[in-house]
Amino acid sequence: MKALFTIASRNILRNRRRSLMTGSAVAAGALATLLFGGYVSYIFAGLETGNVQRNGHLTVFRAGYFLFGSGNPAAYGIDHYRDVISLIRQDPVLSPLINVLTPTQSLMGIAGNFSGETEASKTFIGEGLIPSDRDRMRRWDEFATGVTNPPDGRLSDSDPTRGLIGFGLARILGLCTPLALQNCAPIPRPVETAEAKSAPIREDVRELSDREAGGTQATPSAPHLEILSATAGGAPNVVTLNVGGAEPQGIKELDDNFIAMPLSLAQQLVYGRGEHKATGIVIQLRRSEDMLKARARLNTLIRDHDLGLEVRDFGELAPFYGQAVKLFSAIFLFISLVMGIIVLFAVVNTMTMNVMERTNEIGTSRALGVLRRDIRRQFVAEGWLIGAIGASAGSALAFLIAAAVNHAGLTWLPPGNANPVPLRLAIDGNFALVIGAWAGLVLIATIAALLPANTAARLTIVDALRHI
Amino acid sequence: MNSVALITPAINPETVVVRLRDVAKTYKAGSIEVPALRDVSLEIAANRFSMLIGKSGSGKTTLLNLIGCIDEPTSGSLEVCGQDVAALGDDALSTFRARNIGFIFQNFSLIPVLSAFENIEYPLLLIGTPASERRDRTLAMLRAVGLEEQAGQRPNELSGGQKQRVAIARALVKEPQVVLADEPTANLDTVTGAAIIDLMRRVQAQLQTTFIFATHDPQLMSHADELFAISDGQIVNHKTGGHQ
Repeated sequence: MKALFTIASRNILRNRRRSLMTGSAVAAGALATLLFGGYVSYIFAGLETGNVQRNGHLTVFRAGYFLFGSGNPAAYGIDHYRDVISLIRQDPVLSPLINVLTPTQSLMGIAGNFSGETEASKTFIGEGLIPSDRDRMRRWDEFATGVTNPPDGRLSDSDPTRGLIGFGLARILGLCTPLALQNCAPIPRPVETAEAKSAPIREDVRELSDREAGGTQATPSAPHLEILSATAGGAPNVVTLNVGGAEPQGIKELDDNFIAMPLSLAQQLVYGRGEHKATGIVIQLRRSEDMLKARARLNTLIRDHDLGLEVRDFGELAPFYGQAVKLFSAIFLFISLVMGIIVLFAVVNTMTMNVMERTNEIGTSRALGVLRRDIRRQFVAEGWLIGAIGASAGSALAFLIAAAVNHAGLTWLPPGNANPVPLRLAIDGNFALVIGAWAGLVLIATIAALLPANTAARLTIVDALRHI
Repeated sequence: MNSVALITPAINPETVVVRLRDVAKTYKAGSIEVPALRDVSLEIAANRFSMLIGKSGSGKTTLLNLIGCIDEPTSGSLEVCGQDVAALGDDALSTFRARNIGFIFQNFSLIPVLSAFENIEYPLLLIGTPASERRDRTLAMLRAVGLEEQAGQRPNELSGGQKQRVAIARALVKEPQVVLADEPTANLDTVTGAAIIDLMRRVQAQLQTTFIFATHDPQLMSHADELFAISDGQIVNHKTGGHQ
């Protein structure tokens, strides 16, 4: 074996320029594959991190909610959700896997700003949550993407009346000035007809709000909204929400409609004085790789206790994640294929020329007693060596470039994100990518050498010896 | 080639290392058949310095190729070192060559990426000789051909004569039963060629190896123990004597 690789390495050095060009093609393949692969890996990590920070890994819903519940969240509340949470938290399999376990309440309705000179209302999609749990979820960063969200105090367990709204909703409801939002266009003066049409709604909402005044009260000087929603029983209900801030949501439809509020406020709005339920129990795991295991265990618990619940993962709740993964995976596959084909042809060409140039030498070796398979092995070893050297050089270069990019402080705006995130190339520590790209290219180079190697092995000795 | 008296010496069958019976070899060039050897029958005894002599195209190289088991006869039977080579498959033939036959080529045919030492050592690697023995035998052979100083040099750093000495050492290092030399002096000047012939004679006598030497140069006939004159693919004359 040592002799095989000694001779192979010397043969490679025999025609240095040709070997250099072929090795460079392999190195370029490794470089492109690793850099793009590192970029794609970081995108995947970033997207997953964003989704997991927002939605957790898994959410337990009442059966049927995923397909039909968004039309009437109140009708799909989980009964005795605290008992379900306790059951999950105390489960010996799930407990060590869980980072955050928290209930949420989805709701929808009309939000109105009737507090000042600007009066406007807008339908909204809301989510009730526990602020401290939200803060813990937003700090999850298993993949060290650098995308973490320190607690901003805009939602707080200690203030059950304070919520957070989408930047677009703040703009539509005329809260740009009260919230001192930058780059927020002021609401245009309403036209007569709109004013006229909104007046009855405004009066109704005010009346309801006054009736429910014992529930929540707006802080006199703070921006606030009147939130109108239908209770689970179908009756209208109103609460006052103090707006703690506005946060861009990345997707305009969500940005123009989103309200996050403390769970207790959302439950008060949806369930009034009745039993408070939750539409979802969000589970954020410590590690994403435990998702399948956790999901299987949850399904077992649900089945064993006949809870009538279902489990959905973040990929199901945010289809964009899966679509983005598929898109970038397809692009990565395409680039890898192109690189592989370039390497294949470069090595085939080089090894074919090597066989032609060394035909007489092959004849001599065969005459001396070298077996056909050893001739084949010799050329395959040379292909392997060119591939290994080229792939190693390309990988080393990719690591250097990735290190430079990762330390340059670049940022980018991923699709669906509202704020820029660090731009990184996730190569360091990405063993699957690095080993996969290296091994793939070396394998291609080896396979590419096999065809000329077979030609060399099949040469008849006397013809090879006659070759000039 | 002058006609010489055909003397067929009595050979002990046990000492015959090469035996051909009615061997023919025909090459095909498209639809044209070119006979290279026709009904050749000969026996070559062990430990002789035999010479195949004939003009270019007479069939010397074809005959050497058949004896060297690197080509197959179209018809007839061939035994080398007591082995019917037709019975051997490709791998077995390669192993047979590696153990029993040494080659010295007209154009030296050294492996360019190996040093003189490594070129000589190479046949020992093929037959699995242990490393320490390989080293000792290679050094001994380098000494025998007077190239100790050039052990580390690659073929492109050697003169023609030195290359052929390396080739001789490579052919002999594994102590084969038969060494085949195809026009080994053709690419050398007269003085170097004579020195190479002397060297081959010397190591042949020393190692008691059978040498079969093809040449078109009648002046080299005096070195042979045995002569086979070939013309148009047939043995036209056979003579023993010379150095014997």
